[in-house]
Amino acid sequence: MKKTSHLSVLQGETGEGLAKNALAVRGLTVSYGEKPAVFSVDMTVEAGSMTAIVGPNGAGKSTLLKAVLGVINPLSGQTTVYGRPLEMERHRIAYVPQRASVDWDFPTTVLDVVLMGLYRELGLLKLVRARHRQVATEALERVGMESFADRQIGQLSGGQQQRVFLARALAQGADIYLLDEPFAGVDAATEKAIIAVLKTLQSQGKTVVAVHHDLATVETYFDHVFLINQRKIAEGPVAETFTADNLQSTYGGRLATAQLDRLSEVG
Amino acid sequence: MLWQALTLQLGYNATLVTLGALLLGVAAGGTGTFLFLRKRALVSDAISHATLPGVGLAFLVMVALGGDGRNLAGLLFGSAITAWLGLLTVQWLNKHTRLSEDSAIGAVLSVFFGAGVVLLTVIQTMSQGRQAGLDSLLLGSTAGMLFSDAAMIAAGGAVVLALALLFRRPMTLVAFDANYAAANGLNVSRIDLLTMGLVLAVTVVGLKIVGLILIVALLIIPPVTARFWTDRAEEVWLISGAIGGAAGYLGAAISASAPNLPTGPIIVLVAFALFTVSLFFAPARGALSSVLRHRRFQRHVHRRQGLLALANGLPIYERYTMRLLSQEGLIRPDGVATKIGERQAASAMQDEHRWRLLREMPAHEDIAARYDGLSGLETILTKDQLRDLDAKLAEGKT
Repeated sequence: MKKTSHLSVLQGETGEGLAKNALAVRGLTVSYGEKPAVFSVDMTVEAGSMTAIVGPNGAGKSTLLKAVLGVINPLSGQTTVYGRPLEMERHRIAYVPQRASVDWDFPTTVLDVVLMGLYRELGLLKLVRARHRQVATEALERVGMESFADRQIGQLSGGQQQRVFLARALAQGADIYLLDEPFAGVDAATEKAIIAVLKTLQSQGKTVVAVHHDLATVETYFDHVFLINQRKIAEGPVAETFTADNLQSTYGGRLATAQLDRLSEVG
Repeated sequence: MLWQALTLQLGYNATLVTLGALLLGVAAGGTGTFLFLRKRALVSDAISHATLPGVGLAFLVMVALGGDGRNLAGLLFGSAITAWLGLLTVQWLNKHTRLSEDSAIGAVLSVFFGAGVVLLTVIQTMSQGRQAGLDSLLLGSTAGMLFSDAAMIAAGGAVVLALALLFRRPMTLVAFDANYAAANGLNVSRIDLLTMGLVLAVTVVGLKIVGLILIVALLIIPPVTARFWTDRAEEVWLISGAIGGAAGYLGAAISASAPNLPTGPIIVLVAFALFTVSLFFAPARGALSSVLRHRRFQRHVHRRQGLLALANGLPIYERYTMRLLSQEGLIRPDGVATKIGERQAASAMQDEHRWRLLREMPAHEDIAARYDGLSGLETILTKDQLRDLDAKLAEGKT
């Protein structure tokens, strides 16, 4: 597993040339009311890397993702995508929101949800044609959900819903994938399936950034980590950055010492 | 009389009203769908009540300028302005104060409506006001509708409908997943404002026929009714428009067929009748079909449990299971399995074994995901696949 991740980092460096960074965020501050949720954060995501955004509850992880995408307006700060302003490169980013953020009783089928991924292409007027359905079906195949295409989305389990959301992002054919807690409340099989899809994306030179909660799997799933607790604590390759000290600074006294011990042994 | 009304043979005025109501209904049903999908149905109530002060103000302005205070276009224009103010007030209160949307709606609705009633009361005391009949816009009135009125209602409805059709995709996307829509570069608050603007337009256009108090019904009942029939947003939209149109047409025709039947309320009652029929009888999500589906499912479960109990020689405790099995001739009155019962029990047992093995096999993951504990595997797998599976089963046993 380690081997593949090294390889693709190299690909990212050589393949993209000058625009080595898929995402660069500078001085990002977001606040709800008077309390900053994210304060003056810089973030750099290498093209072709797979980054976990890690931090305690309420540390601003989801907020960071949303602000990077302009889903919520930051107080200050800006995002560049492959060295260009976000608005010019928006089509190269696919977003997978938290599963719990939508109403799954909404009258729509699995295939229709995935077709939403083609919104930028379809616009207001274009009709959904066979080739669009083809793209959507292929996206569903990649997450193993093609036999559910005609189901109403309310009939799906949590893990299946998450796969459908991932398929919608895949249908976009983007270069950067931003996922908000893709493993929250999904079973082990789905987690495995999703991580396999993400690794495949990485092997194709795509960039993946995910808000992640499970400290135990950070090292196996990701090659880069971004530690945040309102402010940036640290970022970089997992091997150098995901250390007991940094985690202590991120979580404060809240992290179980057993976990820290295990990490310092590994480190 | 009713038949003549339905076939538009009841005179010029009745025909105008009926066709106008048809278009209004289609526009209201189509637009209301997005309001319903966005879960902001009650905003329409604030909008409609906020039209009233605009009506009064427009009347006063037109009279002051020496014109005819009853000019419908002028009245509707005035109502649109205060309705827009009301809508913006709701949005502002919701965004910049700690008031939630429902409280903001309550506040705006009552204050604007109160102001409107005061204005109308003042107008009643004026000599020009007494015959103006502005209060007819509360519940709608179609007596003496002019061709120009009908044409305006029809044109307004058609424009609203066209806009709703044009923007249905972004409005649906925002309604389902506003975050994702924003990440795709859509301006969510602008789309929301567009949805509300269309609702406002329908409300204003509908003042003459349905009145401001009941227009909400025409916006909300059709999509809610359509939801019983389908699980797809696009079809909700279509069906909702059809239901709104049917309610408008039938309601207007019924009210024209007899004296003293108010048009607006009758249209709403027809919409409600369609709602009730759908609630009980719609095949997708209606109450009757879900009861029947549940019954069928329950029967299926009991039968299967009973057969498995027979196969394993276990006693059956449930009366319902016993009755079911004996009705089908699978057990004798004393609870012992008949010949057919034994055969079916054995095949149910075999199906259980097959399923258990299949669910352990990674190659059949997608089929295993369809496991419901009830469907026979022979309905899903091909004969060859079944033979392979049985071969594996036999292997496992030895």
